[in-house]
Amino acid sequence: MTLFPFSRRPYAFRAAPCDHGPALACQCGSTYPGIFTTGHENGLPTGAMSAQASVPAISRRHFLGAATGSAALAGLAGLFAPHAAMADTAPSGVVEKPDLNIGFVPISCSAPLIMATAKGFFQSEGLNVQLRKTAGWALIRDKLLDGSLDASHLLSPMPLALSLGLGGNAAQPIRVATMQNINGQAITLALKHWHKRDPRDWKGMTFAIPFQFSMHNLLLRNYLALHGLDPDKDVSLRVTAPPDMVANLKAGNIDGFLGPEPFNQRAVYEEAGFLHVLSADLWDGHPCCAFGTTASFAEKYPNTYRALQRAMIRAAYFMQEPSNRLEAAHIMAQAAYLNQPEIVIEQSLTGHYADGLGVVRDNPRRSGFSPYPYPSMAVWILSQFSRWGYLKENIPLQETAQRIFMIDEVRKQAAALALPAPEDGQNNWPVLTVMGQRFDAFHPPSYSKG
Amino acid sequence: MLSQENRLSFFLSFASLLGVLLIWQFSTLPQASRSPYGIPDGNAEYQRLMGRSAVASTVRSDFPTPGAFARNAIEVLHAPFHNNGPNDRGIGWQLGASLLRVMIGYGLATLVAVPLGFVFGLQPVIQKALNPFVQILRPISPLAWMPIALYTIRDAELCAIFVIFICSLWPILLNTAFGVASIRREWLNVIRTLEVRWPQRLFFVLLPAAAPTILTGMRIGLGVAWLAIVAAEMLVGSSGIGYFVWNQWNNLSLSNVILAVLLIGLAGMALDAALAFVQRSVRYAE
Repeated sequence: MTLFPFSRRPYAFRAAPCDHGPALACQCGSTYPGIFTTGHENGLPTGAMSAQASVPAISRRHFLGAATGSAALAGLAGLFAPHAAMADTAPSGVVEKPDLNIGFVPISCSAPLIMATAKGFFQSEGLNVQLRKTAGWALIRDKLLDGSLDASHLLSPMPLALSLGLGGNAAQPIRVATMQNINGQAITLALKHWHKRDPRDWKGMTFAIPFQFSMHNLLLRNYLALHGLDPDKDVSLRVTAPPDMVANLKAGNIDGFLGPEPFNQRAVYEEAGFLHVLSADLWDGHPCCAFGTTASFAEKYPNTYRALQRAMIRAAYFMQEPSNRLEAAHIMAQAAYLNQPEIVIEQSLTGHYADGLGVVRDNPRRSGFSPYPYPSMAVWILSQFSRWGYLKENIPLQETAQRIFMIDEVRKQAAALALPAPEDGQNNWPVLTVMGQRFDAFHPPSYSKG
Repeated sequence: MLSQENRLSFFLSFASLLGVLLIWQFSTLPQASRSPYGIPDGNAEYQRLMGRSAVASTVRSDFPTPGAFARNAIEVLHAPFHNNGPNDRGIGWQLGASLLRVMIGYGLATLVAVPLGFVFGLQPVIQKALNPFVQILRPISPLAWMPIALYTIRDAELCAIFVIFICSLWPILLNTAFGVASIRREWLNVIRTLEVRWPQRLFFVLLPAAAPTILTGMRIGLGVAWLAIVAAEMLVGSSGIGYFVWNQWNNLSLSNVILAVLLIGLAGMALDAALAFVQRSVRYAE
């Protein structure tokens, strides 16, 4: 299949283990057991959804590249000339634009960006990054397109929507430099609905979502449709900023929301709502937020772009390590970043949390972090765009997906950092399991709406 | 020595403040904990995760008590000029950033509106021709300009300044035009008869004569500008008091929002008082 030139390419990019300079803290020795190894503890008893999402092909194996596997791989790669491959990946290329403005929205999804700043990952790539806290997704979009942000935290459907010119904007090619996080969202319901755990009873309710082109919107629509509700007719979906979600939930103006952390946990903390279901239990390993920039920036400043990728990859690996989560919560709680109570962030990051109904639960898969933008995820998003009428034309799904979710670039930079590869067999097109349903990017289902 | 009336008004003012504080205090007293809808209280670990104090018999009230507000305000105002990078600056910096924006936008508006107002006032034909446009543009809310500004100007900082400019322009323009148009005919006839040259006419007759009305327009314009800046900064800000309000609301921190609201009011009052002082100095008796 000529469509997919990269898939299953022999993995020759791995640098010799640990030959990077002292500036890069050696992480080769550390293992990434991954939170996915811990198995199914205590899923929420959520009525219809308690039929636990089955093990998705991709996420479960994401970070199982533990010491043994990766060390062997690295050794092998050392035999096959690593020099040629290093030419375009080595951290030696001069950074063309060291002073960068990077936007973020103060939610837990931005943890890798915050950690890359706070832990000096940007700095060790020779980048001087100024994080710009930004008031919403529409503003992020505008500031990225007008150049006042060089790169930004994005909801992962945004690069696709912007590149295709959906939502009224002229098409602007955007690239996903790295993904930031997987999982880490939830459906929160108002306390008064504690007995309405079956979505079939939700007809007539009002739900808040953070943005039209968000995983939150797409996941909620899928979840409702799965339970026989038409998200356009049976419920009303309202685009709302996360703090307003909590306030409106408390005031009774909305019945629930599918929102980003830490606002789900914040709603619990404020005794406004309870966690109906974690997104990890809907689709374990679903993408949430991306980190991206315009294609023109990536082409104009290729070394800067790669340096950004490396810093963000390191940050994602840092965040994925469970033992780093408490430190991360402490840093993220600061006024300059999320400006939220530390204990709230801690619960959403560690997955040891109060559910709002008097029970302490543990789900280590609640939040996850992965830098790898799988194009099969992009195909899922695109197929949802057509399903819900955002995308009217027929476009070549797989081509579009891999033009924007350029996973091999990320693999190269991760290899340059000698980080263990994800245990996905170098397969960029894993079959996904979304809410118990199989999704094959080459045979997306044709949805008949309504 | 205070007059009888002054003493009474001072007393009433103080009493109403006290009344508000008392109502505030009583309406925000912690209520006895009673989990709604029969939701169980949970174990000790649950209590910890919910941030409830060891004394589990009380819950926090949603709205801060006056005491909690005061403690928080002292803490925030203690270091108003701390600076931990652009995302965490003290409230003093934020207030300063807003004032700077207002000064630039409002200054530009004055520079444009006063000369234009003179043209309108002296040339009724031009006024009649352009008046329909002014009347349409005048009532547009600053926030309605925001998307258009963002899309065309493509710079958030300039957008905020543009919004200030466009909002404070109209009151200054209309008041100047009115002030110039209602200068007494006799004075205009006198300078015409004496063939006073234009610079002298402008600076020694027209400007002083219209100054009180112009200043009234400028006071209204400044008030509008101060109203608009907070809204504009909540939308696009990366700094400023409006950004501070948004950032604190993001943390659902009502104490800080209330503090910011009070400071916005005080700053607006100070700005108005400054212009009122200028206005007194240009007043004249006919």
